[in-house]
Amino acid sequence: MKPAPFAYHDPSTVDELMGLLAERENARLLAGGQSLMPMLNMRYAMPDHLIDLNGIGDLAGVAETGEAVEIGAMTRQRDLPGSRPAAGRFPILAEALAHVGHFQTRNRGTVGGSLCHLDPSAELPCVAAATDAVLVVRGQDGEREVAMADWPTAYMTPNLAADEALVRIRLPRSAALDGQAFAEFARRHGDFAIVGVAAMLSLDGDTIRRASLAVAGVGPQPVRLAEIEAALAGEQANEATFKAASGEARGIEAMSDAYVSGKYRRRLTGVLVERALAKAAERAREAA
Amino acid sequence: MENPRHTHRIALTVNGAPVEAEVEDRLHLGDFLRRELSLTGTHLGCEHGVCGACTVMVDGQAVRSCLMLAVQARGRAVTTVEGLAADDGTLSPLQEAFREHHALQCGFCTPGMLTSLTAFLRDNPAPTDREVREAISGNICRCTGYQPIVAAALAAAGAKAAEEEN
Ligand code: FES
Ligand code: FES
Repeated sequence: MKPAPFAYHDPSTVDELMGLLAERENARLLAGGQSLMPMLNMRYAMPDHLIDLNGIGDLAGVAETGEAVEIGAMTRQRDLPGSRPAAGRFPILAEALAHVGHFQTRNRGTVGGSLCHLDPSAELPCVAAATDAVLVVRGQDGEREVAMADWPTAYMTPNLAADEALVRIRLPRSAALDGQAFAEFARRHGDFAIVGVAAMLSLDGDTIRRASLAVAGVGPQPVRLAEIEAALAGEQANEATFKAASGEARGIEAMSDAYVSGKYRRRLTGVLVERALAKAAERAREAA
Repeated sequence: MENPRHTHRIALTVNGAPVEAEVEDRLHLGDFLRRELSLTGTHLGCEHGVCGACTVMVDGQAVRSCLMLAVQARGRAVTTVEGLAADDGTLSPLQEAFREHHALQCGFCTPGMLTSLTAFLRDNPAPTDREVREAISGNICRCTGYQPIVAAALAAAGAKAAEEEN
């Protein structure tokens, strides 16, 4: 018995969940459990109440509206690559997910869980940053929307009050550029990435119309490279352009930890930006 | 209304047999299988999702039993390594291939390897070498160096046989 004692609750509707959150102090929400369960086992997290979201059917599944793809927070990571609306518009999701843990953890792990855990090296928050994701939060007085840029408020801390829950993630269709690629480097397959890069490009012939670039692993939260994106627009989609972008990306501020220096992370960011842009351009051309 | 002891009564099937038990809320599925049901074939290594030794199948999906609560297995069908062989003890083709290819030494990782690969080969019956390696990338083995495990998985999938024919 590793976790400290808690009371387990399993609401079956979002309203029930809201009731529990309003009444219970020191509660944690249990999504796929692939990060929270280790924290419970190690007693990093010691909630008095554990509220299981797995029984709330309404929180899982993908829907497409005129303007956006809406991904339920409890959609399993394993189900996203096969989802036509999600992976069809945003194939980068499937490519990034192949790096998320292992198939056994993706069988339980959820999209919302990853976005609330906000590991600095996590792939899904990086893709959410690149795709201008909007996070839909349900609180006691209804829903509110948070742009991905405002979602992390501190290291591994989402913009979420104690009585709120993330219910879905909206990816605007306008953010789905023609060529998309995710590149990362980790010591072993499925390990936490040292650096990961999400890149998307739309081309007019050989000219870059629009670019989107986000980096994971360099700081506490994913970083959009807005200046490089702006500089890419109007340039030719070729090696020289991507090399220049790579050189710029190397100037990124990057943290050091016990294993990897900031210098190495900066260098890696440059390499991966170039690789991801080249792949994205290749795919944009194939799509044309 | 509040349950002071924080327990739940659960009913599920384990290796095809119905099981009912009163479990503490904080008990994880791996401990439930080992301690309450004495199914010690499921091994617990790290208990934080890294080693893969604890892998079981829940409704046919390979999952970490250390990262799921016993109470979450309510109403589910759980398969452990004990449930892979036939009732008369005949090994599954994968288990047979493990024996054939010396895919285990100390055996600590073996239950997780077998449950993971059983689910994997069901969904991908003719995998490549690379796909097999990726499938077991979340299962740590400190003995074999993995080569015989990959060989056994490919053999079980029939890939090896086809290769030898050529
Ligand atoms: S014991 Fe569950 S993954 Fe190691
Ligand atoms: S056989 Fe010993 S850990 Fe794999």
